Order: sequence, then C-alpha cells, then structure tokens
Amino acid sequence: MKIAISTNTLSPEARLEPRFGRAAAFVFVDTETGERLPQANPAASAAGGAGIQAAEFIVRQGADAVISGTFGPNAYEVLEASSATLYCAQSGTIDEVLQRFRNGQLDQFEGGPGRRGHRRRGGR
Amino acid sequence: MIIAVASGKGGTGKTTIATSLALVLASHRSVCFLDCDVEAPNAHLFLEPMLDVRKLAVLPVPQIDQARCQHQGTCAKVCQFNAIAIAGETVLVFPDLCHGCGSCMLNCPAGAIIEQPHRLGILESGRANTGIRFARGVLDIGQPLAVPVIRQLKQWFRPRPDETVIIDAPPGTSCPTVESLQGADYALLVTEPTPFGLHDLKLAYELTGELGLPAGVIINRDGIGDSSTRDFCASVDLPVLLHIPLDRALTEGLAQGVPLVALRPQYTAHLWRVLEMIGHRLRETAC
Repeated sequence: MKIAISTNTLSPEARLEPRFGRAAAFVFVDTETGERLPQANPAASAAGGAGIQAAEFIVRQGADAVISGTFGPNAYEVLEASSATLYCAQSGTIDEVLQRFRNGQLDQFEGGPGRRGHRRRGGR
Repeated sequence: MIIAVASGKGGTGKTTIATSLALVLASHRSVCFLDCDVEAPNAHLFLEPMLDVRKLAVLPVPQIDQARCQHQGTCAKVCQFNAIAIAGETVLVFPDLCHGCGSCMLNCPAGAIIEQPHRLGILESGRANTGIRFARGVLDIGQPLAVPVIRQLKQWFRPRPDETVIIDAPPGTSCPTVESLQGADYALLVTEPTPFGLHDLKLAYELTGELGLPAGVIINRDGIGDSSTRDFCASVDLPVLLHIPLDRALTEGLAQGVPLVALRPQYTAHLWRVLEMIGHRLRETAC
C-alpha cells in the first residue's frame, strides 16, 4: 500500500503539513517495504488552483491513501476520481502520523458539507 | 473624452463624484456613463436609468469530448491556471479557474475540446431621465473573474463620437481597475486625507503613471486625517482639483441615493470647474 502525506519540508525530519495544496512536499510511504520517498509539491507556489495541481500530482504518483489536514472541494474532486482514500491529521512527525494511521486513529475525509454545491452553484 | 474615476482605497466617493460629474455634464452635452465596478455596481442608485437592454457576460470554457480524448494530458499541461486536471482516464474541468484563453483547445492533439459559454454575469444598459446613456456590468455572486465582464461591457457599450464618457472604476489597483482605466484619457482619483487613503492613492497614482494617464485628485471628507495627502500631491505635482469637506448631512443624503449636486447645488459649479481643468490639461498634453 502506498500512502502520501503532505509535509512541511523535503527533509527526513519533515512534519505533517495541514495545508494540502500549498504543502512544501509529499512523502510517499510504501507500507510493504517501509520505503519513504519525499517529493517536492509542484503546486506549492502556484498562482491559483494549487489544490488541483497537487492532487493531480498525487494521482499520477499513484497513492492508495492520502493524509493531510483537510482537502478543498477542487482537490477532493480530483482525488475522488482516483481510488485513493483520504484521511485527516493535523500535526505530528511522519512516524507519529503513520502510527496513528495503523492504529485506525485517523478520521476518513468524506468531503465537507456542500462541497459539491460550493463549485456548482445555480446558473452555471 | 473619457474620464475614469478611480480611487485606490474603497469607499472614498468614486460613485458620488462620477455620477455628479455625469449630471453636470449632461446639461451641456451628450454623456455616456459606464459603471465598471462590476463587483458592486451602485451608480444606478443615483442616475436611475431604465435598464431595458441586457446581455450575458460569458467566458468560453473547455468541454471535453470523452469519446475523442486520448488522455495525453496536453490540455492540463498547457493550462496556466490549473483549470484542467487529469485523474487517470478522467479529465476534470474547473470553470471557476478558467480564464478562457483557449490554449487547451488549440493544443489538444485529438481535437477533443470544444468551448462552451460559462456565465460570469450580466451587462445592462438604458437611458437615465437626464438623457445620460448608462451601462453597467454585474458580476454574478461567487464568480471570481471581473475582468472579462468589464472588457465585454466596454466592447458592448461603445461611446458615440460626440459623447463624453464617465467611467466609474472599481477600487484598488489590480486587474479590474487596470481594465477599467484602459483607453481612458484622464484618471480622476478620489481619496480621503487619511494615512490609509494616502497609501492607496500612491498606488493608484503609480498605476496612472504606468498607463501613461494624466491624473488629478479630489480630496473627499476633507478635515479628517492629516495634511500628508496634500503634501504628497504637492511633492509629485499631482493637482488637487477639489476638496469636499466632511459633512454628515451630505453623507446622509447620499445614503438615500440623492446625488451630490442635488444635495449641495454649489458643487455644480465646482465640478464644472474640475471638468474645465481636466479639459485644459488634456489640451496641453495634446499640443
């Protein structure tokens, strides 16, 4: 299983970054081998649509689960189109976040209230 | 002649000045009034036009023909606004982020993209009982893109050769303001003499410099704040054309939708002199 976690830096001491689209990096963890691959987030300084671009990047890398603070409606729509399951965590080291994930202590993200309505208002 | 009324800081009195300028002008010549503050148009409250002609403001956004799509992802790559995302075999379009540039359609190797109109707002026009030809743009609530609405308003409602044009610009100095000032002959900057007003006046003044527009200032709510606005204008040779003292009763009247020149008739002469000074400045520039 491959898990993507949004992080505040590329370094091995990185901590969870609660902002998804503007996170500095993502660390991709292979739960079978234990391998950790940090990757810079190409959307970190995007002028707009950072969530979309970050989500697209993660879908392209292929992740079964994504852990971040929360997911905006646009990013959610992209991630929803892949088969990844989304989880919420607010802080912690990568080890701590992974431990909570294994213990089943992370909430699954189901999309916020009105996430669809937010983008698809009447008259569009 | 096209006079754009701008401000930098919001709430300084752009619409108060713009509508009364139009009313003063209208008793002498043909006037065309454009309310380009499409996020909060309010000039109609003072000029009371019959808005009987309407047109939708739309943006061409991509629609993907999923049957033709070869999933190469070129559209998402060329999009500078991240308005298209590829998730496996699915192409997702986010109309709110699209700027309607057409790059995705032009670059799609499979010809799988067509454009469809996405509504941004509405353009409305009509005549006020003073004879002023009036038009405004109204951005739909929640829409982020004001610029195309302003651009389409200006293309749709063109002034006639004999008309003097008054543009009520949006506050600020960002793209919607630039779009509103584009093509104007003169920028009339309305400010209040406070540190905040001055801060934004400086930005607006710099913008008129970038656009090569001659500018002048009207200081509204004079008597509050300090003298730094006056000092700044003097230091950069920016003419102050009029001072309007703070006057609570005047503000109360404006809040009822009564124009400045109706509340305080002496401003008819004051604003006429402002127009003369602008005309003089433009003739100077033309020589």
